[in-house]
Amino acid sequence: MSLHTGNGFEVIDRGTPERKSEKQVTLEIDGQSVTVPAGTSIMHAASLAGIQVPKLCATDSLEPFGSCRLCLVEIAGRNGTPASCTTPAESGMRVSTQTDRLARLRRGVMELYISDHPLDCLTCSANGDCELQDMAGAVGLRDVRYGYDGENHLDAVKDESNPYFTFDPARCIVCSRCVRACEEVQGTFALTIDGRGFASVVSAGMNEDFLDSECVSCGACVQACPTASLIEKTIVQHGQPQRSVITTCAYCGVGCSFEAELQGNSVVRMTPYKDGKANHGHSCVKGRFAWGYATHKERITKPMLRSSPKEAWREVTWDEALDHVASEFKRIQAKYGRGAIGGITSSRCTNEETYLVQKMIRAAFHNNNVDTCARVCHSPTGYGLKTTLGTSAGTQDFDSVNEADLIMVIGANPTDAHPVFASRMKRRIREGAKLIVIDPRQIDLVRTPHVAAMHHLQLLPGSNVAVANALAHVVVTEGLVNTKFISERCDPTEFEAWAQFVSREENSPEHVEKISGVPAPELRAAARLYAKGPNSAIYYGLGVTEHSQGSTMVIAMANLAMATGNFGRNGVGVNPLRGQNNVQGSCDMGSFPHEFSGYRHVSEDATRALFESAWGVPLDPEPGLRIPNMFDAAVDGTFKGLYVQGEDIVQSDPNTQHVAAGLEAMECIVVHDLFLNETAAYAHVFLPGASFLEKDGTFTNAERRLGRVRKAIPPMAGMTELDVICKLSTLFGYPMHYNHASEVMDEIARVTPTFAGVSFAKLDELGSVQWPCNEKAPEGTPVMHIGSFVRGKGRFVLTEYVPTDERTGPRFPLLLTTGRILSQYNVGAQTRRTPNIVWHDEDVLEIHPHDAENRGIREGDRVALVSRSGETSMRAHITERVQPGVVYTTFHHPESGANVVTTDYTDWATGCPEYKVTAVEVRLTNHESSWQERLDHLHRIQRIETVAAE
Amino acid sequence: MSSSTTDTLVRMANDISNFFRIQPEDQAVAGTADHIRRYWEPRMRAKMAEHLTHGGSGLNAIALKACERACKSVSSAPIYRGGT
Ligand code: SF4
Ligand code: SF4
Ligand code: SF4
Ligand code: FES
Repeated sequence: MSLHTGNGFEVIDRGTPERKSEKQVTLEIDGQSVTVPAGTSIMHAASLAGIQVPKLCATDSLEPFGSCRLCLVEIAGRNGTPASCTTPAESGMRVSTQTDRLARLRRGVMELYISDHPLDCLTCSANGDCELQDMAGAVGLRDVRYGYDGENHLDAVKDESNPYFTFDPARCIVCSRCVRACEEVQGTFALTIDGRGFASVVSAGMNEDFLDSECVSCGACVQACPTASLIEKTIVQHGQPQRSVITTCAYCGVGCSFEAELQGNSVVRMTPYKDGKANHGHSCVKGRFAWGYATHKERITKPMLRSSPKEAWREVTWDEALDHVASEFKRIQAKYGRGAIGGITSSRCTNEETYLVQKMIRAAFHNNNVDTCARVCHSPTGYGLKTTLGTSAGTQDFDSVNEADLIMVIGANPTDAHPVFASRMKRRIREGAKLIVIDPRQIDLVRTPHVAAMHHLQLLPGSNVAVANALAHVVVTEGLVNTKFISERCDPTEFEAWAQFVSREENSPEHVEKISGVPAPELRAAARLYAKGPNSAIYYGLGVTEHSQGSTMVIAMANLAMATGNFGRNGVGVNPLRGQNNVQGSCDMGSFPHEFSGYRHVSEDATRALFESAWGVPLDPEPGLRIPNMFDAAVDGTFKGLYVQGEDIVQSDPNTQHVAAGLEAMECIVVHDLFLNETAAYAHVFLPGASFLEKDGTFTNAERRLGRVRKAIPPMAGMTELDVICKLSTLFGYPMHYNHASEVMDEIARVTPTFAGVSFAKLDELGSVQWPCNEKAPEGTPVMHIGSFVRGKGRFVLTEYVPTDERTGPRFPLLLTTGRILSQYNVGAQTRRTPNIVWHDEDVLEIHPHDAENRGIREGDRVALVSRSGETSMRAHITERVQPGVVYTTFHHPESGANVVTTDYTDWATGCPEYKVTAVEVRLTNHESSWQERLDHLHRIQRIETVAAE
Repeated sequence: MSSSTTDTLVRMANDISNFFRIQPEDQAVAGTADHIRRYWEPRMRAKMAEHLTHGGSGLNAIALKACERACKSVSSAPIYRGGT
């Protein structure tokens, strides 16, 4: 399909994928000479020469199939009319794409298609965006000899089961693009063509509808379908879009690029953008379909105030709300001191917004009490990678995985949490790369169609570091170290100390087996496989970071990769899969209380001098409070005012009751968000936020890629976060003014060396860039640490396994670990407000049959989940995905309150909470926990008085 | 001041020292002290300093030495009064 975008980018479908080859071939097509890499199809070569050969079954996101016979061409000196999509271009070929014979043949093909197709083009939803229609025009089809009353499929029943798209078999031309998209692009293998010849039909699984099939609703098949057979329900309902804006998905850290397609100011479709470098035209159900929350009726669009959280909300004007915040915060500072207020930035907001929030706190509040919700997810990544390599970020771009020979996935569940990247990873594994999974739970990746892990190290939660040390032990003691790499790239003394440390008996697989439960031979085999590579890549997630030894584990992985020489080229590296869209960016932008943008400590005089001169104010040289310490200080009575942007700390931070106690002790809490979230229940001021569709800015994904967020519709609340921060800061006595987000980025570039070359103009030109982007790398840096590490010599650091204080015992004999599922996102504030709810309407507790039986628990029973911190209840799901002794849940619904039971143990280095290990007991219950009853009460008092503001 | 938040600080200091304890003792103390100085807000260090004047109970040997190095220099007035 050829899409025209409002941005002046035109997307051309060249019919077959681009090929890479050292060898070039030159041929002549319709008299034009064209040179292409060997292996390129004639169809693709023709397209490069500006000649579009008619086609139906070919599209350039898929391997050619050669079934429709519409793309026939003639080649001088050869018999017959080969299909141009499946015939590779060769040197010296002379190809004709338009002859009388070809025209006749093509018309014949089209006639057959059209005779079995409804002729209601004018009223069809795909009218204007249908390749069948285009091709009928292209081949000059004027009438159909066979008549329309022969045998046909026109009465076939539509499958409307998927909430987002329909399948209408009557419009299907059995081109199998959908089947191939599901296999090649998504890797789910949900679709097949049943039957043969005329009787063949597309089918989702065994006589199942789409909803009940293996389909994960990624939309790839819909995207690939040339007709209205698979089509978005929004298009059926609203018709074709009139304009489009290229922007970046606001869900996960893959950072997919999308075309927001609109009619006037209403989004009617989000289509993955083919030239997006993070996603190459693919998407998942969240970004592709679950954007309805942006205009959900529960969106709050007016600022609101109340004098206490016990009262109902009162709508006010922006001026009244912001005046109130400024005067309250000033009052609090006068009474309790300069350090009594602070703010939290969000990994969901743009870089520009985040930068401004921390600037306001440092320059206008005059303290460093700024932190980000990245604290609770990936702060150990920054610490661990900076310590060992010198940069607080992943080392590779996503495309790097295409060259990996061994992929080790640790504590991550990519098919659920980073689906588009998971599809790429699965594709690479189907091509032959080997896979090791290290996870307490059997994630889908362990065994999914055409993908199987060679080793699944099913360790006990909390034993990551022991396992990493055991892998290192094998590498060192079996002589698998890459000594050349070490001598050239790393500090030899530190390496020696480390090698001695990991060689100790306590780090041997045999010893670690007792701690982790992973059989020693498995550990040995996995270590050998990893060391053998030749290109071994580690991908990890929150299952690494959210532990009391989260930072230690990040360091341990970096040590392992250095010891085996797996840095500085494609196919290798240590790569965090970031949870939220802008986790990387919010950290880069100086959201942590101890550092400015670009990870420079507030105590460094030169850095402070730079910012003091740029911002024109003296700055505090002492680190500020982290989120958990803000709550502690609140309980102590020294922290009284908090501004929270786009983050639901009550739901997403551990030990909810401690958080609640901290919030209850404060005097002014300002929540700036789209919805009245759980934190808002404790707030005094609510400022309505703008969704990603309503503003300009940038997000930085997990591969350090800055992608543009472009305003598609006006802000529903009249002001964006940028406007609000500028106004608030100004009221506070520190004037800020920016005409556009691009001016904020210009300032970021001026004060941050790794961003020196970034500007909106460059992003518009290149589409996206990966930092560092500066004089040395004007177009950005896909792979880091080439030739040498950013810090100079790679640093090996000893990583002793220290068991968490959170232990099982007679009262709490099971270990709870937590995770995510595909259809929901984080605390679910957005996805719960979309039809995605059909896939996951409640969080459940996964428990092993053995543990369930011991407790008399049957499938679906309501169970109490009790820890030292608290108690909640949810339904049980009995499964062998978890091992005996381990239970698992997600945290997408506030009612389940998984964080009511998590403890306040944290990573030693960063304070990142230990979400992944909680000792619990599970028992049958027939009622909600007292906490859940209290939550119901809180929800009830979240009333809004409908007295509108003047 | 709440004692529970002191307990939290003691636990944090011990956790930090547990990472460094595998190194030679002088490095372990230096590493722990440096970490505390870089990441703890003055209020936290002052509160720990106060705890040290009562003997610093609960701190392990490395954490105790490190806290003495990192926290004692903070003035006992952790809360800034007024404006800038
Ligand atoms: S939506 Fe995705 S997973 Fe579902 S059938 Fe289509 S391609 Fe396959
Ligand atoms: S549903 Fe669409 S893509 Fe699939 S075979 Fe039919 S026409 Fe082709
Ligand atoms: S949620 Fe992640 S994978 Fe899905 S479309 Fe958005 S950025 Fe891509
Ligand atoms: S496009 Fe080549 S055979 Fe269909």
